[in-house]
Amino acid sequence: MTQRTLIDARGAYCPGPLMELIANLKLIEIGEEIEVLSTDKGSAMDIPAWVDKVKHETVSIEREGDVWHIIVRKKK
Amino acid sequence: MTKKILIVGGGLAGTIIANGLCRQLGKELRANEVTITVIGNTDQHLYQPGLLYVPFGRIREKDLFRDQRSVLDRRIIFHVDPATKIDINTKSVATESGTTFEYDYLVIATGSRLRPDTIPGMTEGAHWFYDLEGARKMRDALESFDGGKIVVNVNAPHKCPVAPLEITFMLRDYLKGRGLWDKTEITYTYPIGRLHALEPVANWTQPEFDKDGIKYETFFNTKSIDPEKKVIFSEEESELEYDLLVTIPPHHGAQVISDSDLGAGGWVATDRESLLHDGTDNVFVCGDTTNIPISKAGSTAHYQADTIIDNIASLIAEGRMAAKYDGKVFCFVETGMDKGTYVWFNYTTPPNPGPPSQMMHWFKLAYNRLYWLSARGLL
Repeated sequence: MTQRTLIDARGAYCPGPLMELIANLKLIEIGEEIEVLSTDKGSAMDIPAWVDKVKHETVSIEREGDVWHIIVRKKK
Repeated sequence: MTKKILIVGGGLAGTIIANGLCRQLGKELRANEVTITVIGNTDQHLYQPGLLYVPFGRIREKDLFRDQRSVLDRRIIFHVDPATKIDINTKSVATESGTTFEYDYLVIATGSRLRPDTIPGMTEGAHWFYDLEGARKMRDALESFDGGKIVVNVNAPHKCPVAPLEITFMLRDYLKGRGLWDKTEITYTYPIGRLHALEPVANWTQPEFDKDGIKYETFFNTKSIDPEKKVIFSEEESELEYDLLVTIPPHHGAQVISDSDLGAGGWVATDRESLLHDGTDNVFVCGDTTNIPISKAGSTAHYQADTIIDNIASLIAEGRMAAKYDGKVFCFVETGMDKGTYVWFNYTTPPNPGPPSQMMHWFKLAYNRLYWLSARGLL
């Protein structure tokens, strides 16, 4: 089963969901995943855009009420 | 039986907690029902925000330090004896001297450290001001700088979210003061798609940068640096030439955290309200070393410390938790050599900084002195 780190960034203003993702990607191995929980609409767009730009993989984005669940896989 | 409170880390978080517990548990201390022990890496307490002024020669180094023993209440047992292994199963902490400290309540307040070595070329090619040695080297480099390209490069994660903007504004004022502004181009890089993690701060900063001709590149996460050719490369496949590179290096938690298998990167899994280490009821975590998605800042450590003081005192006196951390962070922002502002927020209240003023700058300068009252639990 793929190792997955959970970042609960609900209500996180600083440094915010994307910065937390960037920091945690440095700590995991290629093939492992991070799930980010976020209540920030901007991050729900920024995260997949940045993930695509640096050639990792957005596995899924789902919204449950006010919370986005974004799963990213480290590819390099 | 005497309850042993052990605090690993003598920085701001550990110091405030130790002093605060002394104030709340005076009766228990007198009756020898409680002991409070701090183990730290150094006998000197460093006021870290003061490092911002070192590259510009605007602070005396002696004003950055106090003897840690003098900052701690005399009832606290203090050892300069770095922790090497924290074992939450046996409730003990081993140290460099070979001592084993046992505890009933543990506070992990081991802070964060710079890891420029995690980016190829950074140690050789970049300057930073986040530790004293780096700040001195940056001062030397600035003194011999006579114009050219400066890159201010921010990497995630790092403590003191505002410092990269502060150093940029202070560089601007410094270079204007030396008559070098017309010969200098500053480019500021940031990891995400705006100039600061806090959107209101980013929105305030952009026109300030535009007004002064400070360039910027967002979505820039450093991949490597070529110190010979003086080029910095990003994961996003861009590159910048520089004559002087000022970096905010990526940070990790303390080595002892990794060595104790308490968290990847040295960040300890921590409940965001109780500040208990996940899965424990007697291990609290405070300050930079938590894995909570929140600013790594002195004010964060201070407000978290208040919660932990209340909870440990209540657990000892009444066997129950008493307080929750609400996510509060408060940061001064120096917007130049003579103006400043501040920003605060918590888990439910977004940030909204006020306009910069000379009064806030002077308040920040006053806080540089008042910090020592905070550390002693008096402010």
